[in-house]
Amino acid sequence: MRLFAKIRRVGLVTEPLPDAVPEAVAVVRDIDARARRVLGRAVGIRQVDAGSCNGCEIEISGLGGPTYDLERFGLHFVASPRHADLLLVTGPVTRNMEVPLRKTWEATPDPKLVVAVGDCALNCGVFAGSYAVAGPVASVIPVDVTVAGCPPDPNTILLGILTALGRLETRR
Amino acid sequence: MTGLSPTLFWLMVAGYVTAASGLLMPTARLTRITGAIGAIAGGAAGLSLACATLWTGESLTLAAPGMIQAAGGLALHLDRLGAIFLAIISGVAIPVGLYGGAYSASYEGRYSTRWMALNVGAFLISMSLVTAAASAFTFVLCWELMALSSFFLVITEHEREESVSAALWYLAMTHAGLLALLAAFYLLGSGGADGSFAALRAGAAQLPPGTRHAIFLLALAGFGSKAGIVPLHVWLPRAHPAAPSHVSALMSAVMVKLGIYGLLRVGLDLLGGGPAWWGTVVILCGAVTALTGVLYALVEDDLKRLLAYSTIENIGLVLLGVGAGFLFRSLGQPEAATLAFAAALLHAVNHAAFKGALFLSAGSILHATGTRDMNRLGGLVTRAPWTAAVFLVSAMSIAALPPLNGFVSEWLLFQAFLSGVAHSQASIAGLLTIGVGALALTGGLAAATFVKAFGISCLAIPRSPEAEHAHESPRLMRAGMLLMAAYCPLLAVFTIPVLATIIGALAEVPGLPAVPAAFHAGLTLHTSNGVAAMSPVAIMAVLAGTLVIVWMFVRVIAGRPARIGDTWGCGRIGQTPRMEYTSSAFAEPLRRVFSQLYRPAADTAVGVARPESPYYIQSMAYRTQLHPWFQRAIYEPLIAAVERAAAWTRRLQSGSVNAYVGYIVLALVVLLIVVMGF
Amino acid sequence: MDVTGIVCEAAQAVLGLALAPGVVGLIRRVKARLQNRRGAPVWQPYAELRKLFGKDMVVSPNASWVFRAAPFVVFGSTLVVYLLVPAFITPLPLNAAADLFALVYLLLLGTFALALGGLDPGSAFGGMGSSREMTIAALSEPAIALAMLSLALGAGSTNLGEIAARTIANPLAALSAGHVFAFAALFIVMLAETGRLPVDNPATHLELTMIHEAMTLEYSGPCLALIEWASWLKLTVFFTLAANLFLPWGLATSLTPAGLAIAAVTTVAKLGVLAVAVAVIETRIAKLRLFRVPELLAVSFVLGLLAVTSSFSVR
Repeated sequence: MRLFAKIRRVGLVTEPLPDAVPEAVAVVRDIDARARRVLGRAVGIRQVDAGSCNGCEIEISGLGGPTYDLERFGLHFVASPRHADLLLVTGPVTRNMEVPLRKTWEATPDPKLVVAVGDCALNCGVFAGSYAVAGPVASVIPVDVTVAGCPPDPNTILLGILTALGRLETRR
Repeated sequence: MTGLSPTLFWLMVAGYVTAASGLLMPTARLTRITGAIGAIAGGAAGLSLACATLWTGESLTLAAPGMIQAAGGLALHLDRLGAIFLAIISGVAIPVGLYGGAYSASYEGRYSTRWMALNVGAFLISMSLVTAAASAFTFVLCWELMALSSFFLVITEHEREESVSAALWYLAMTHAGLLALLAAFYLLGSGGADGSFAALRAGAAQLPPGTRHAIFLLALAGFGSKAGIVPLHVWLPRAHPAAPSHVSALMSAVMVKLGIYGLLRVGLDLLGGGPAWWGTVVILCGAVTALTGVLYALVEDDLKRLLAYSTIENIGLVLLGVGAGFLFRSLGQPEAATLAFAAALLHAVNHAAFKGALFLSAGSILHATGTRDMNRLGGLVTRAPWTAAVFLVSAMSIAALPPLNGFVSEWLLFQAFLSGVAHSQASIAGLLTIGVGALALTGGLAAATFVKAFGISCLAIPRSPEAEHAHESPRLMRAGMLLMAAYCPLLAVFTIPVLATIIGALAEVPGLPAVPAAFHAGLTLHTSNGVAAMSPVAIMAVLAGTLVIVWMFVRVIAGRPARIGDTWGCGRIGQTPRMEYTSSAFAEPLRRVFSQLYRPAADTAVGVARPESPYYIQSMAYRTQLHPWFQRAIYEPLIAAVERAAAWTRRLQSGSVNAYVGYIVLALVVLLIVVMGF
Repeated sequence: MDVTGIVCEAAQAVLGLALAPGVVGLIRRVKARLQNRRGAPVWQPYAELRKLFGKDMVVSPNASWVFRAAPFVVFGSTLVVYLLVPAFITPLPLNAAADLFALVYLLLLGTFALALGGLDPGSAFGGMGSSREMTIAALSEPAIALAMLSLALGAGSTNLGEIAARTIANPLAALSAGHVFAFAALFIVMLAETGRLPVDNPATHLELTMIHEAMTLEYSGPCLALIEWASWLKLTVFFTLAANLFLPWGLATSLTPAGLAIAAVTTVAKLGVLAVAVAVIETRIAKLRLFRVPELLAVSFVLGLLAVTSSFSVR
């Protein structure tokens, strides 16, 4: 019973999403019209860690919590890429994760979108040139939207996902 | 019609004798052909005879008092109760004959197929005559012939130690059962009646109660060991897998039912029922048998042994119905009794159909891959599609899934128990509630067992090179399997006529009235406390209709072709059979849940790289074994005692000729004293 | 069955399929609010179904026709079960086949098919899901059977229409000990069979904690839509059974517009109450580890036994 009293005391803590799209979000290629049409208001997101330091992951895990609550937009995380519509990729793609990332992308049914989160996913970040890194995410799988930052905060990531879905205006 | 029954009978005998005459054929191919034709012809004639008897009510009576006069001669009388079991035998003989025509080819060159043909013929004819036997002598003669011919069939692969051991266990247990039967018949006739069933029936009423109880218990033990009651079942999981697959089908589908037939004949027909504790004992035996059978089937890795344990489970279910029938009859609820017996008999018929199909498809798998170990099978659904399809249909039937026949008989068993609970006193109601719980748990565990059996054997990727190179069976084997599997949906669709026939057959037994059951589109039972209705045909129709509508709907909205992509394994590279679930793994959660019953012995062997430190592990081996506890608790001490007694008497065989001459002289002296004394 | 009957059953099927995603949407919304967040709107599952029907399918090369047929069998069998449940009117046109045990075993048919579908692609997750699902299905059978036995003892039959009719005719029987125990037993079994906490977390992403989801990891597109819809429909079936067998007032006994309207409103209200109850329980309770679930099912079995004993002594 104390639990329910505490729930009532805390109340609704979800913050409203900011209006403006920060410069961090960039659209890399034209979003497929079929994807926009099919993935109307229900999107399954599969998060792939392609060798990241987990800084981006901590921000992404905040998305599922009460403050940022991605479910209110109809998004939810899924376990299997077969259930996914959007791949959320972090990390400079390390050599060992290159094939698994590609396999994950192939296992996802069409229509699908890819959002690369973080400076590492965009251009390998601080790990650029390392012997263990194969290249940015765009060199392994086609990327639709990138979200720069090290790490980007959850609101920016959310804006990036919604941009990919065509639910927000953006600029290249 | 009067003249037709003897003709059909002699046709049946001729058919089976033709099958047995494979012994005399010059080539192996001719042996196979005569075996197949004989079994099919005999089966067809037997089935017609059984149906004629069931539908017209005419009984076939044949007597040959001249044969073996000293024991009272042979007497045969086929009434409706026996006709049901004759129908089972003949119905199964036809597909088995078809199947065996091609299957026995795999034995040519290594083992004698002529001898196998003779024994199959003898097996079929002795089983058919058991159902028609009308005197104790005829019954026991045919029973023993059945046991001997099946013994020779079990030991067909006599170069395998497993088969020889299985056959010896079988021989010992069937003769122990025979002793109990002989004692029961002796006690039955102790009132001065001659051996014929009619006289025994008349005389049984005058027997003292103690003798009647003893007869019932002896009959339960003797027939129960043939049927597979726990703990007299230990021969079944050994003998059924060791025999050739079409013989396993005959043994599992048909022979164990004759144990039920014997119990019904002696307990219900000859003795005419008894006090409430008879039914209670049978119900308890049935519950224990059903649960034990399914629990051991669940953890088996050998496909045929899994099917053998599943037979034990289903016999337990039949016994639950039989016990409930005896109980209700003694409590004065005759309609509930008829319902219970009818449910049990219907389940016996249904079980013959799907267990026969399961064993035939298991034989086909064995033929295709050479292995029975489910941990080495897999991927057969694409390599041997007909076999897999037969396996699936019969697995769904045995798991009691609607709308197939297994569901109908389980439903009837539930209804029989339910109709009894409502009208009984508290203790009986408690017993019946436990029965319902056991029935439900068995049904659920059986479903789990057959998901495992079909899923691991037939689906996914082959787990061994043998499975990878599996091929479909030859046409004749396929035909036999498909015919047997076709019985399942047919029995579901025609449940109502079959059930009506069974109830009509039971009505011949005094004290069992016909149950007011209305049969039109569905099956509506008007039991004394309400209405229960179920319609397998309606469910089948609605299910089929719904599936078609949904499929068309999906085709229209989303009919795009699918892309082929690797099985998702978290991005791993490549997939090997070692990544799949194994048969032992599938049953592991339930094995843990019931670990108190199984008492598995587990052994972990850890090999370390350096003896001084246990942390540098080089190898690890985990071995676990399930040893059925009855063997440890009951049979091993028994066998040890017999061996000790034998070792003690061996002392008489000293090897010295003088001692032997001394024994002879001693025997002569004793004999002279005895003769002179009288 | 005449034309009116076919229309009634078809209408019930359509209504059931329409309501099921809403029930699950309500549970998710209430859970979200109890987690102090806004959560997806109640009609989110409908959007999910629409999206899934628009997606392509990816199929494993190891999968056979069993994999492709399983979603249809699951969906078809669950829909047939819904056709036999007294959701709005009683007795149903198909009442001749509406038997409690038939229902239980039809649901088992769906579970069987899904378990085979999980094993077919040959992944370890699928095998694990199938194994665990069959374990729970097998162990919940005795509890269901005893709960049904107690209901059937009260009504004298296992026919659903009869049970509903006898409870309507005898309102005080609804408060009897037998009924209460049977409801409790059925509620626990429902949580187990539909994959709700504390038996299985429907929102988990950790494969080792999955039971139902593990079997669906290989499915995509329309087949996944069918499986998800079928599992939501199964939840609705259990809710409808719990509501309309134990508290059947509001069910229309004749086909009058007023009666049907009242039936629709009361059934939807009962489903809503049960959905909120499940959401609250899921928030309060933590998931049990797999080998503690048999203990929970044993509690359900004992409740069923108590239900039978109470029903028996009251007759």
